[in-house]
Amino acid sequence: MEKLTETQVNTSVNLCGIRIDNPVIPASGTFGYGYEFAKLYDINELGTFSFKGTTLEPRFGNPTPRIAECTAGMINSVGLQNPGVHAVINTELPELRKVFHKPVMANISGFSVEEYAKTAELLNGEEQIGWFEVNISCPNVHGGGMSFGTDPKAAASVIDAVKRVTTKPVLAKLSPNVTDVTLIARACEAAGADGISLINTLLGMRFDVRRRKPVIANTMGGFSGPAIFPVALRMVYQTANAVNVPVVGMGGVSSAEDVIEMMMCGATAVETGAVNLVDPYASLNIVRELPVKMRELGISDIKNIIGIANK
Amino acid sequence: MYNIRVPGARRCPAAFCCNLPFPGSFAMKQGFFTITENRKLADATFLMRLEGDTEAITAPGQFVNIKLDGFYLRRPISVFDCDGKTLSIIYKVVGRGTDALSKTEPGKELDLLTGLGNGYDIGAAGKRPLLIGGGVGVPPLYWLCKKLAAQGAMPQVVLGFNSAKDVFAVAEFRAVAGPDVKIVTVDGSYSDIGGCNKGFVTDFLPASYTYFYTCGPEPMLRAVYKATSTEGEFSFEERMGCGFGACMGCSCKTVTGYKRICKDGPVLKKEEILWKN
Repeated sequence: MEKLTETQVNTSVNLCGIRIDNPVIPASGTFGYGYEFAKLYDINELGTFSFKGTTLEPRFGNPTPRIAECTAGMINSVGLQNPGVHAVINTELPELRKVFHKPVMANISGFSVEEYAKTAELLNGEEQIGWFEVNISCPNVHGGGMSFGTDPKAAASVIDAVKRVTTKPVLAKLSPNVTDVTLIARACEAAGADGISLINTLLGMRFDVRRRKPVIANTMGGFSGPAIFPVALRMVYQTANAVNVPVVGMGGVSSAEDVIEMMMCGATAVETGAVNLVDPYASLNIVRELPVKMRELGISDIKNIIGIANK
Repeated sequence: MYNIRVPGARRCPAAFCCNLPFPGSFAMKQGFFTITENRKLADATFLMRLEGDTEAITAPGQFVNIKLDGFYLRRPISVFDCDGKTLSIIYKVVGRGTDALSKTEPGKELDLLTGLGNGYDIGAAGKRPLLIGGGVGVPPLYWLCKKLAAQGAMPQVVLGFNSAKDVFAVAEFRAVAGPDVKIVTVDGSYSDIGGCNKGFVTDFLPASYTYFYTCGPEPMLRAVYKATSTEGEFSFEERMGCGFGACMGCSCKTVTGYKRICKDGPVLKKEEILWKN
């Protein structure tokens, strides 16, 4: 195998028309609005990040306990706690601008098609937002979130409504809690989605055998962490085969090697989730490990490996 | 400028993981600590001493978050005592994680996040502050007690346990607060020079105090809330995801808005508290 030097390794990718320095993106809900991690390290080293799922109105979310541990993973039922789109525009994004100088991914959620569209419309004027990631897959809220992402027609109607109010690229964030994820992905693509990101968390549950009660107040929650990586990889692979738009893969990614594996199976970029909560430096370490791992594997340009499993 | 040690250094090539300076302030630090002692103090209750960089730990009532082999989430545990290079914690074995922690041998290194949480405000104490602890809520009050004494206050301490077999750290508290330490047990099975105090901590509160600090199980905190006559501070417990404010797993509602127990707490002022139900 040819020996590659550091300068010969290219980690940049094009995500829906925007070039990012590397494909590593902390996922929504694990990175807040970014600026708190900026106290730990220079977050400009990341490709970008997806900010905390934002709704039109402020939300407290679900009752606590909201967290349960699992083997190689965790369950959360936060339930889209966020300060609402107006506070994001007036407080969070100005804080972020001070420390992050790249386009950010705006993760939005809602309880009606109109709410998704209104939230996107309000955020559309924010220059720093590069992409919208439309969360139609939150398992922790009723009457919104995942209920849009488990039906192709409903998913398409949300994407269509968001596309009408923005010129920025729109990614549909999909749920794994469906029988055939490619049906939803294709419906989103047909409705104009510029990309697909998946997977959100798997619906899971833990029961406390001593207290004889569910561990989580809301009974069920979203299961994430390294345990779900093979499921995520399989769905990324299936989706990349089914659509022509870029796929952003996520689910249990914890190392540079996981990033490469997921890109080989069809992801143009990769989001890191639960690992950020266990190790606050995880995403930075993955960014720094990536060129090393590429050299080791004889990869000179990361773009060249995207979807090689699918060909 | 700070020297940030990128803690994933073990997984990361040395060329990338030297002390990279970044501007800005931060409270939390990640680092490796060596266990110097890990012994049983009372029923299912252990003391662990660790050596490492304690610089980020700035206030009593803060906690550390400990990574354990074979467990995905870290274990948040309050600081019992801390100085320049050593840190002690007292923890109760309540599940598989803390059971594994209790079996970890001295000499082993643990990955810790330190300097987590706001901690108690020692500036509010006045001359005669009251410290009320219950069970595993007792540990964070010890370093607080020392800090208060060091600033010239004369703390009064009431510590509650279920039974004599659960009692710990009495000598440590007595060394700081002398005769002002009262030990209370629910079943009355414990007695010492402070007498035999059977009942709940709220049955044995002193008549007068300038301010109070408390930590313990929620039913005790609710009772303390009702029984106290001054302003004070409560330390809360909640299941956490990250422990440093990123995941919103441990949020609670307060008079002054939504707060994260891990980052905006665990200490809340009495006037901020909104009890669930």
